[in-house]
Amino acid sequence: MSEKKTKRRDFLFTATSAVGAVGAAAVVWPMIDQMNPDASVKALASTEVDVSSLTPGNTLTVLWRGKPVFIRRRTQEEIDEARSVKMEDLIHPEKDEDRAKNPEWLVMLGVCTHLGCVPLNDKGDYNGWFCPCHGSHYDTSGRIRKGPAPWNMEVPKYEFVNANTIKIG
Amino acid sequence: MSDHDYRPKSKVGQWFNDRLPLLTLANHLTDYPTPKNLNYWWTFGGILTFCLITQIVTGLTLAMHYIAHADMAFESVEHIMRDVNYGWLIRYIHANGASMFFLAVYIHIFRSLFYGSYKSPREIIWILGIIIYLLMMAAAFMGYVLPWGQMSFWGATVITNLFSAIPLVGEGIVTWLWGGYSVDNPTLTRFFTLHYLIPFLILGLVVLHIWALHVPGNNNPVGIDIKKPSKDTVPFHPYIVIKDGFALLMFMIVFAFFVFYAPNILGHADNYIEANPMVTPAHIVPEWYLLPFYAILRSVPDKLLGVVAMLSAILILAVLPWLDTSKIRSAVFRPLYKQFYWILVADVLILGYVGAMPAEGLYLLIARVATAYYFLHFLVILPVLGFKEKTLPVPLSITEPVLGGSPNLAAARNKESKIE
Repeated sequence: MSEKKTKRRDFLFTATSAVGAVGAAAVVWPMIDQMNPDASVKALASTEVDVSSLTPGNTLTVLWRGKPVFIRRRTQEEIDEARSVKMEDLIHPEKDEDRAKNPEWLVMLGVCTHLGCVPLNDKGDYNGWFCPCHGSHYDTSGRIRKGPAPWNMEVPKYEFVNANTIKIG
Repeated sequence: MSDHDYRPKSKVGQWFNDRLPLLTLANHLTDYPTPKNLNYWWTFGGILTFCLITQIVTGLTLAMHYIAHADMAFESVEHIMRDVNYGWLIRYIHANGASMFFLAVYIHIFRSLFYGSYKSPREIIWILGIIIYLLMMAAAFMGYVLPWGQMSFWGATVITNLFSAIPLVGEGIVTWLWGGYSVDNPTLTRFFTLHYLIPFLILGLVVLHIWALHVPGNNNPVGIDIKKPSKDTVPFHPYIVIKDGFALLMFMIVFAFFVFYAPNILGHADNYIEANPMVTPAHIVPEWYLLPFYAILRSVPDKLLGVVAMLSAILILAVLPWLDTSKIRSAVFRPLYKQFYWILVADVLILGYVGAMPAEGLYLLIARVATAYYFLHFLVILPVLGFKEKTLPVPLSITEPVLGGSPNLAAARNKESKIE
């Protein structure tokens, strides 16, 4: 194959394939996107929880977007323990102050960041949570300390609507 | 093969065959020259075809009663078990059929590993087989989700979360797979759809698998190329048909034992508890046939690398024909490979065992050693062995060592009698 001048036919082939590819992509995308969360799933994006009955040292588990959310009213001991940890000891360094704006209340997704199991309360080597699936240990701030999970348990967007109600999402 | 010259005897047959050569195909399949020394390890191809058909037929009938909805799936399965006529039988055949399918496929794969059936010129047959195996795992996993019990739900959660290990796009992919923010109804309905589809994809690939097999013909226990047809071959029908049929009957006895006497022994009691997104069962284990890979996943302390190791453990099989550098196919003539083969078998069984145990202490240590050895076998031992191993002399034909005239008569005869 020596040097070849671009011919009228080459141009037509290229133009046809390009338009064809765009057309195919335009048809494929709806087929792919239909699998993403639909409008009814997205509509359930926030939930309000009454936490007035929760006493210190206890955890309430509520369902939000199909996932459990832990609302922990922490004792002073737990807060002290969480705040005294050195950043260099953490796998995923995050200050407790950033995770729990109001130190008494820890709100986070009760989902292990390894493969999505629900960790157990008041278990594990760090007095926080322990995931029974593959052995991840979390501390009293929900931070990963030991085991295969790569990150701390996620803190969702939430706010106190009033003294007794938390709105998640 | 002389089947291209085939002409049906009847006028009608000729008329039909000239327009659609189905009779030529049927003739090819019956006359197909097969090595006469095939042993019972070669009967699992037929057994697997039986398993696939069984799963499709029982699956179709179950789908007539099952309801793919998060609120009704669990109840509809109980409805099948209690109310539907023979529903218990059909469901137990389908559920245990999956296990039997995997049992047969593992024997089939390890037969191929022992006799070097994956080597040139049969690489495409082998790769098609690996794709079928991957699809089988996908179908089995999705099928296990459908009863919507605790193991269904949490198994689905753990396995789909494997994709979250992919950097950057992982979380997006998982949300896309779920169709929501957790495993829920949209996940169940799409799994049902795909679970229904995959067996038919497998069926198509099986046709290609057999087609690719019929080009070079079967490998055999001696692992040499043979002339076809010749003194070394027998026609597929009736010789292999009878042998396959007998093996299938034996296999069905095992199958029936599980269905009628221990239908739940291979399952997990937690799956008779309806799915609950708030509580994870204390100990999540996949079905037995996925345990070795689960052990590999858990043996790596890093999430992404664990997933990579698990996938590599399966995909490494696809490049096996090029990792094994030995020109000799059958382990019968490879004294060193034969030993490493059995160590690999033991290694995979150990991985399966520790996969069912909690990932801690000694179990974790064993899982790590066994995982390392698994990769060592394929990436180091096999490539090196091809150059270093002193293989035994291979006979020129299947009949030769029996009829005499071979310089290595005694050795070959000895080996032959061991095979049979």
